[in-house]
Amino acid sequence: MTELVNGKGLSLIPKADVKQSLKDFKSDQEVRWCPGCGDYAILAAVQSFLPELGLKRENIVFVSGIGCSSRFPYYLNTYGFHSIHGRAPAIATGLAASRPDLSVWVITGDGDALSIGGNHLIHALRRNVNLNILLFNNRIYGLTKGQYSPTSEVGKITKSTPMGSLDKPFNPISLAIGAEASFVARTIDSDRKHLQSVLREATAHRGTSLVEIYQNCNIFNDNAFEQLKDPALRDDITLRLEHGRPIVSASKAVVRSASGGIEVVAREGVSEDRIVVHDAHNPDPSVAFALSRLDEPAFEHVPIGIFRQVARPAYDVLMAEQLDEAVAQKGPGDLSELLLGGDTWRIN
Amino acid sequence: MTKQVQQLDRVIIRFAGDSGDGMQLTGDRFTAGTAEFGNDLSTLPNFPAEIRAPAGTLPGVSSFQLHFADHDILTPGDAPNVLVAMNPAALKANLGDLPRGADIIANTDEFTKRNLQKVGYDANPLEDDSLSEWRVHAVPLTSLTVKALEDFDLSKKDAERSKNMFALGLLSWLYHRPTEHTIKFLEQKFARKPDIAKANIAAFQAGWNYGETTESFSISYEIKPARLAPGVYRNISGNQALAYGLIAASVQSKLPLFLGSYPITPASDILHELSRHKRFGVRTFQAEDEIAGVGAALGAAFGGALGVTTTSGPGVALKAETVGLAVTTELPLIIVDVQRAGPSTGMPTKTEQTDLLMAMFGRNGESPVPIVAPMSPSDCFDAAIEAARIAVKYRTPVMLLSDGYLANGSEPWRLPEVSELPDISQTFATEPNGADGEYLPYKRDTETLARPWAIPGTPGLEHRIGGIEKADGTGNISYDPDNHDLMVRSRAAKIAGIDVPPLEVDDPDGNARVLVIGWGSTYGPIAAAVRRIRRNGGTVAQAHLRHLNPLPANTGEVLKAYDKVLLPEINLGQLALLLRARYLVDVISYNRVRGLPFKAEELAGVIQDVIDSD
Repeated sequence: MTELVNGKGLSLIPKADVKQSLKDFKSDQEVRWCPGCGDYAILAAVQSFLPELGLKRENIVFVSGIGCSSRFPYYLNTYGFHSIHGRAPAIATGLAASRPDLSVWVITGDGDALSIGGNHLIHALRRNVNLNILLFNNRIYGLTKGQYSPTSEVGKITKSTPMGSLDKPFNPISLAIGAEASFVARTIDSDRKHLQSVLREATAHRGTSLVEIYQNCNIFNDNAFEQLKDPALRDDITLRLEHGRPIVSASKAVVRSASGGIEVVAREGVSEDRIVVHDAHNPDPSVAFALSRLDEPAFEHVPIGIFRQVARPAYDVLMAEQLDEAVAQKGPGDLSELLLGGDTWRIN
Repeated sequence: MTKQVQQLDRVIIRFAGDSGDGMQLTGDRFTAGTAEFGNDLSTLPNFPAEIRAPAGTLPGVSSFQLHFADHDILTPGDAPNVLVAMNPAALKANLGDLPRGADIIANTDEFTKRNLQKVGYDANPLEDDSLSEWRVHAVPLTSLTVKALEDFDLSKKDAERSKNMFALGLLSWLYHRPTEHTIKFLEQKFARKPDIAKANIAAFQAGWNYGETTESFSISYEIKPARLAPGVYRNISGNQALAYGLIAASVQSKLPLFLGSYPITPASDILHELSRHKRFGVRTFQAEDEIAGVGAALGAAFGGALGVTTTSGPGVALKAETVGLAVTTELPLIIVDVQRAGPSTGMPTKTEQTDLLMAMFGRNGESPVPIVAPMSPSDCFDAAIEAARIAVKYRTPVMLLSDGYLANGSEPWRLPEVSELPDISQTFATEPNGADGEYLPYKRDTETLARPWAIPGTPGLEHRIGGIEKADGTGNISYDPDNHDLMVRSRAAKIAGIDVPPLEVDDPDGNARVLVIGWGSTYGPIAAAVRRIRRNGGTVAQAHLRHLNPLPANTGEVLKAYDKVLLPEINLGQLALLLRARYLVDVISYNRVRGLPFKAEELAGVIQDVIDSD
């Protein structure tokens, strides 16, 4: 089991016989997102990343719910299932739990995953089903034309909230860590290199990998993540999370606070040994959780990268083991024997 | 003392007590002994939804009725010949069902002033003459049990808990039931607590010996084994038969079984049973909710499993959107609805046939789903295989409508030969089917109209499916008006064209003018009522529908061949609505929704009235 948990999460999935390229993964369907949508960049990043995995294309499945991002499976020449609102993690759970030989991806958005499908998301995470969940977070409802979402900031003025939204948003990273997730990361649509580096780790992880992708909706919530893209600001705001490296931006550093937590301080003058060294593999989730809270209330300094990456047996493997164990104990099932199993009597 | 032995052809016993008194176990064990003895039998458990309602109250009464006979029988019986009342509440709750002259075995120890007051008895009915029309056997069951267990190192409370085994021993003596299986059962059940096992066995034997020696019972009864068709039998409940049917369907379809389910009364026992059979490659997934249960089953079906979800009415309501997705993605899926009294939470432990129209129409859009309904507890086995056959062959979700009465009721089941079970296997698509070497996921089989089923892992057949309307053939997203019209009609035609066997009519003389038709669990009471009519010289035909969608092709012809058609249903006329609309036949409905099955006598009266109403 241990080899399946960390680093070798792809070992049960058959490898392709020949080298693949980007065009192997493009379907013949016309991509129909709004011009300028962040989804294009994510699609291109995924299409160009998949050949690197070297898996048999037929063993890859993309499952989605409802929303702009959920059209994603139509544009990939793999198996795909565009399902119903919020239910993709549940459908993908049935598929992944019964087919350990598949690489199953869930494409979802902030409304799909955190509102209507919130229950399925948290339960997939706690079970550690072998899924790569890409959560496109644009902090707005796009397909229904611009209502606030469960990640919209308080006071958001939208069509359904003309006087501002009242609800405190979810922090998807905090939520995932609270739901016992074994792999939690954040990346951004505009940084293909970083996005692909996160996908590389996410796919190697056997179990549920939750990847939040900040994604720009240029129609209904344009520039929601502009600070992270603006060359004048981004290097100061972005706290890169890299396992074993100090957590810093160009001008800031994360240090232990006097109260026992962590805080962000000006980097200048801080001695290296005070800076928190990122440990994504720490079994204790409390520091990862604290890191997820650093960007509260919003975007003064935003951790990007892998918050948490810990080894935990995957659900499909555990389920298959129980089946194997049952056979090992009593042999394979025999229907006649089953039917005759109770108190029986014969009438002649 | 030599006691008189009287021969009977059938007996109906009802065990009733507090929900903590172990009446279901007592009934189960008496049933096992009766099955072993070779009587035909039928059982009806009746219990509150509360796990432990306040002791001694009317809502806390739990009962188990068993009908057994020396001939084949069809129902758990209308009215008990014998009531075992473990307390005043059990007496009060059941007396109304008891015909004059029936036996009452009452546990006098529980008829205390306080317990009598709890249920509104001003005086002890065992001591005044209010029960003079019944034969009352006043037995201090609790104190006799405690006395029998004096030598055991048990608290009084623990000793008292064995009183149900004392009652079982007494009844086993009274009806000449074999004892070995019950003793063996108790040894196994309490294998880790040998003292408790011994105490229960001692209580059971003390009950038997009490019957042998007491003067309260001067007669014991013998009911000869029934002459049933030759074969090997076991006693089985509907839920267990249904679980076995699903396993058999998995074996016979060569598809691994995947159950996605959320616990709900009265369906949970199917989940429990299936979770014990991992040796068959059965994966059981207890989901976070009803929606995830069916979603996971559908996801597994996409991956090539026999996907099943089990639930009751409220769960079906929650699953509706996913069932619609299965309709449009045309994947095999079985939705088991063990119907219970509704609406909303309703009466979870009581039976009803009120989900037929929900199964038929309870989804958005034109969303046809085949419906199969078993007619007896053991028939749940065959009905499950039939549902799987349709699901797999036609790539469609199928509703299997059981109900609480079938689920918990039991009857002897003649075991089928595994070699005679139908082969329901289908092949997955492995090759492209398009003119240009492409794969067309929605190119239909010309005969069945089913689409090909290509599962992930199959090279060259990568394709995308989903809930958005698809173009005929390619399955690509399509908003084309004519295509949508074609797809709606194709899905409807596929379901309408499912091969279902013709409706058989039981009309021995061939000259009946009245047809009584039913569906699902009402088969037993209807058939028993029809027998009564015929025994009294009346003429009536009977037909029973197993397929509710599509209906057998000859249904209209059958209905129109009779002057009058009577349709008893445990709802307000749901099948009647469908038959009237479809065949323009003036079906006469008989409806009761009391949470209980029909009684044969009641239906016989209704049938006679229809016969006489010219």
